[in-house]
Amino acid sequence: MDKIDQLQKTATQIRRDIVRMVYNASSGHPGGSLGCADFLTALYFSRMKHNPAFQMDGKGEDVFVLSNGHISPLFYSVLARSGYFELDELKTFREIDSRLQGHPATHEGLPGVRVATGSLGQGLSVAVGIALSKRLAGDDRYVYALTGDGELQEGQIWEALMFSAHHKIDNLIVTVDWNGQQIDGPNDEVISLGDLRAKWEAFGWETLEMNGNDMAEVLSGLDDAKKRAGNGKPVCILMKTEMGFGVDFMTGTHKWHGIAPNKEQLDIALGQLEETLGDF
Amino acid sequence: MLEKLLDFKDKKATRDGFGDGLYELAKSNSKVVGLCADLAGSLKMNKFIDAFPERFFQCGVAEANMMGTAAGLATGGFIPYTGTFANFSTGRVYDQIRQSIAYSNKNVKICASHAGITLGEDGATHQILEDMGMMKMLPGMAVVNPCDYNQTKAATIAIAEHDGPVYLRFGRPGWPIFMPEDIPFELGKGILLSEGRDVTLIATGHMVWESVKAAKELESRGISCELINIHTIKPLDEQIILDSASKTGKIVTAEEHQINGGLGESVAGLCARKLPVPMEMVAVNDRFGESGKPPELLKKYGLDSSNVVEAVKAVIER
Repeated sequence: MDKIDQLQKTATQIRRDIVRMVYNASSGHPGGSLGCADFLTALYFSRMKHNPAFQMDGKGEDVFVLSNGHISPLFYSVLARSGYFELDELKTFREIDSRLQGHPATHEGLPGVRVATGSLGQGLSVAVGIALSKRLAGDDRYVYALTGDGELQEGQIWEALMFSAHHKIDNLIVTVDWNGQQIDGPNDEVISLGDLRAKWEAFGWETLEMNGNDMAEVLSGLDDAKKRAGNGKPVCILMKTEMGFGVDFMTGTHKWHGIAPNKEQLDIALGQLEETLGDF
Repeated sequence: MLEKLLDFKDKKATRDGFGDGLYELAKSNSKVVGLCADLAGSLKMNKFIDAFPERFFQCGVAEANMMGTAAGLATGGFIPYTGTFANFSTGRVYDQIRQSIAYSNKNVKICASHAGITLGEDGATHQILEDMGMMKMLPGMAVVNPCDYNQTKAATIAIAEHDGPVYLRFGRPGWPIFMPEDIPFELGKGILLSEGRDVTLIATGHMVWESVKAAKELESRGISCELINIHTIKPLDEQIILDSASKTGKIVTAEEHQINGGLGESVAGLCARKLPVPMEMVAVNDRFGESGKPPELLKKYGLDSSNVVEAVKAVIER
């Protein structure tokens, strides 16, 4: 089995985790979680240097910040399957007394989470600050962040973009989950994002595009981004995905942004996602 | 003690105490970094910036990103001090502070100048009088409001030792430097400035000076005030307040803040639970400020020493 096959199998198992977690909790955000599963799998299981014996300051490691915190089912599954905590804990998602809060938080001490996110537009600034801290400390590792596309409607995002370009923060690689959907409908109907690539470039970012639902392309896109880093500019990957990717009836619609499947829908979804690594 | 306090030699703004404190602190603590949203001169950060340019980050007029960036620097193990006006340090960025700093327990020191009505001529858009209330409601957030140059400088240095978010509030105008330099700053520890028997007078920020003057005036009329400086609104030094109130049986609070959400409210909450005593509060009563000179504004909004005198008389008559 080559590496891409393995990563795809991992991503499929993570997709199973996502729909099962959201079903168990009767709430949560499956759409964006499924869409970004390939990306986060590639980061944590292949491209990032990171240590599941979690240290908050991430010294000597690559650090990831999830700015669109609502896709927490994906983040938690990836962290658990990377060894940050027991797989069994995924059963507690959104339950009382759980470390797996509805949106990621540091408050309960869950390993792998460095800042609370959920209120949109904020995680990117925190990633910027971590990137600065690495520069100050002489740490040559990278900071990765993921934002939603609807999230780009927050003004703070553009503050962070200006700041990062001005201060030449070139150890920062930000990926936008560009699925074109948000809670109330397609971006173009809610608030159009316009020419996203031209905007990021105009803000002084090195910008590339990739298909986020093709593992080979995600891997080469991440490698390309890393090559472009370190040249005085922050790097943006505009990642085309389909919300709900992997489950046919959840794919390509905003309707599965933030609702849970019923039992029948769960069974259909699981029928499309092979159990490759064992369910939690 | 009142005479000694009244015999001040010089005036300086509390924001000068912040600037000088930050510079002193940065010399001995290499983890300290500074951020500013286009107000470095107003915050008196230039000495720090000149000495440690690599540890300063100009954020431009973009306070939300500054707060998030500070949270990130704290995540990486640094101790960020953010600097902008109090209005832009709190209300403008409340959700950023709430989620990225307070809930995430980041070791960020939010340093806020031009607080209160003594900001003066810029008017009510900038004269925030609600900041301490907003900040004290956030779980885990310490709230500090020092009273003069010396105390602000000492507080700026001392809060680096506290592992957690702190809101440090200070002001714009020149103000008497009346606190002895040798009084140590201890977070959460009130300072007994003058012993008395009739009324406990509890003041914070610029209003400590007005209260010193009021206590002297009252002394000449035979009323003895026990004067306490509460520089830390949260965590509140309950012991010093309860010890004094159990002796005098009456409390007056004084602050440059709205009556809702301020020091008086915290003291009243404590006393209602543990030691109910008659209380009066000198504070701004549910109004916005306006342009004017600081002394004019203090008078018009009921915040000068004569208002403190009247409040003490009122509480005694109850």
